Amino acid sequence: MSEKISGIAASAGIAIAKAFVLQNPELKIERKSISDSASEIERFEAALKVSKEELSVIKEKANKELGEDKAAIFAAHLLVLSDPELVDAVKQKIENEKVNAEAAMDDVSSMFINMFESMDNEYMKERAADIRDVSKRVLAHLLNVTFTTPASITEEVVILAEDLTPSDTAQLNRNFVKGFATDIGGRTSHSAIMSRSMEIPAVVGTKTITENVENGVMVIIDGLDGHVIVNPTEDEIATYEEKQKQYQKQKAEWAKLVNEKTFSSDSVQVELAANIGTPADVKGVLENGAEGVGLYRTEFLYMGRDQLPTEEEQFKAYSEVLQKMEGKPVVIRTLDIGGDKELPYLNLPKELNPFLGFRAIRLCLEEQEIFRTQLRALLRASQYGNLKIMFPMIATLGEFRAAKGILLEEKEKLVSEGIEVSESIEVGIMVEIPSTAVMADTFAKEVDFFSIGTNDLIQYTMAADRMNEQVSYLYQPYNPAILRLVKMVIDAAHKEGKWAGMCGEMAGDPIAIPILLGLGLDEFSMSATSVLPARSQILSLSKEKISAHMDEILQMETMEDVVKFAEENF
Amino acid sequence: MAEKTFKVTSESGIHARPATTLVNQAGQFSSDITLDYNGKSVNLKSIMGVMSLGIQQGSSIVIKAEGSDADEAIAALENVMKKEGLGE
Repeated sequence: MSEKISGIAASAGIAIAKAFVLQNPELKIERKSISDSASEIERFEAALKVSKEELSVIKEKANKELGEDKAAIFAAHLLVLSDPELVDAVKQKIENEKVNAEAAMDDVSSMFINMFESMDNEYMKERAADIRDVSKRVLAHLLNVTFTTPASITEEVVILAEDLTPSDTAQLNRNFVKGFATDIGGRTSHSAIMSRSMEIPAVVGTKTITENVENGVMVIIDGLDGHVIVNPTEDEIATYEEKQKQYQKQKAEWAKLVNEKTFSSDSVQVELAANIGTPADVKGVLENGAEGVGLYRTEFLYMGRDQLPTEEEQFKAYSEVLQKMEGKPVVIRTLDIGGDKELPYLNLPKELNPFLGFRAIRLCLEEQEIFRTQLRALLRASQYGNLKIMFPMIATLGEFRAAKGILLEEKEKLVSEGIEVSESIEVGIMVEIPSTAVMADTFAKEVDFFSIGTNDLIQYTMAADRMNEQVSYLYQPYNPAILRLVKMVIDAAHKEGKWAGMCGEMAGDPIAIPILLGLGLDEFSMSATSVLPARSQILSLSKEKISAHMDEILQMETMEDVVKFAEENF
Repeated sequence: MAEKTFKVTSESGIHARPATTLVNQAGQFSSDITLDYNGKSVNLKSIMGVMSLGIQQGSSIVIKAEGSDADEAIAALENVMKKEGLGE
């Protein structure tokens, strides 16, 4: 009997393959007395050797696919396994106390884990997790328990996991991993974003997939509609193979639009741009025919490391993106840290309401050294392409003026140092706080552009934490309240001859696109893989016809009314 | 026996990445190599030992080597300290 489990469609496409359940093995450590300590030590050394070999492979892979920066963590893991304080202590324990290797290893590693965990420093506490990871690998080998890591996959599979961490995704072999499904997560969680940038079908937030499926069972991942079919019948496999074929055919149709501009059926032009996190993402942007980068999230430069990136490092990243985009617009957002994105090395105090707290521009205006370094890197990179600078989380005009003032100061300094800076950099803001949307007419006189960040705008307008699943029903992009705010922002921009874009998930949403077109949005920035479907959709829409319905839509009572109307009419 | 004192100049002290390079380098030599900081002495071939010190910017550390290749070891480690921008 087949079973259907539903989740959130995170990345389009169909995958049919055997399940590979990624689990942390349960390690039961029994303490035993031994008599032959020499052979016990040998067993320990053998387990160390295999673990090191595995880690070397992972490190090489990460090096190749993610860069040296992200591979550094595995170099540290390898060193832990060669650490004389650890290795010698385990051997001595086996020798002196006549205990088995598992118990000795567990004792010594626990001692180190406790030591790091008890340190009064977030960064050191995280190192405890590293030691735990590495010890687990060795213990698993000692106990002959299969330690499943994505790196050990050598046949075509779909991965099922509670969640995929960055180090898991670092190890995925794209030739073998056809898709994945997770228990937790939403459309914007790390695993979902990764699946879209890797272009493999994925369903997240299934709640129970790892409980319901065993290794080796046939599974279908339907990343189009957000279902996982476990143990499918032959008929079901045939149906989904057909669905996959249709999807491929549609993709081929979309592919013809790669070099086209984006027009509605009544010849209104809009710009379709893509969101990126690293320079490596530019490849996908160009392959998917985006007309620019609408949001470059610079925080990834700051994450997964132990100190701030230097001006040089940032300059390299920004100029690389600008160069590769060959004069197409690139909107770079200044550091947006805080909220759900932490930087342990900044040692910021824990907050009760991080989403309402010290984050993004608020932090940058206070910690000006961090901000100025980034602005200098941006200004220096500006001559390599069409740079637009965007400040996140602006709540008041005062914040914008302060940020722009610092930018101008740094620009003047650079110019006086004889460094060339582009004269045509547009400076705009993210609109994600309701106060700014309401005051958009005032802002529009001073900013060069708006980009509406819907994920946060919805969370702040509805007062619903988007990380809290119990209030997830309030995440309502089509709520007339949101649409009215969006309209205010677009109208305010146009009145001053400025442009308005959107860089949240909503901009690539097939239900929202007609409405946004009708409201007059100029730029839509989305996941690169959504660009071609969106271009194809807009080709078939008449802006004039949709605009005629706008007043009616904005007067609707509920989100459901809006969705129903949009589905029936556009 | 050879030894050298360094002043740590790196903004974040001696953390994972540079510590890794330092420990890797120490591991290339047969001499016993220690790092003294704040009254504590750890084996410089031990990543966990070095990290457990939580060495801060502005502090002073002493690296000591004892063995047949002690001088070479100190020279190589000095090189790493400078190249990684850890200290002088």
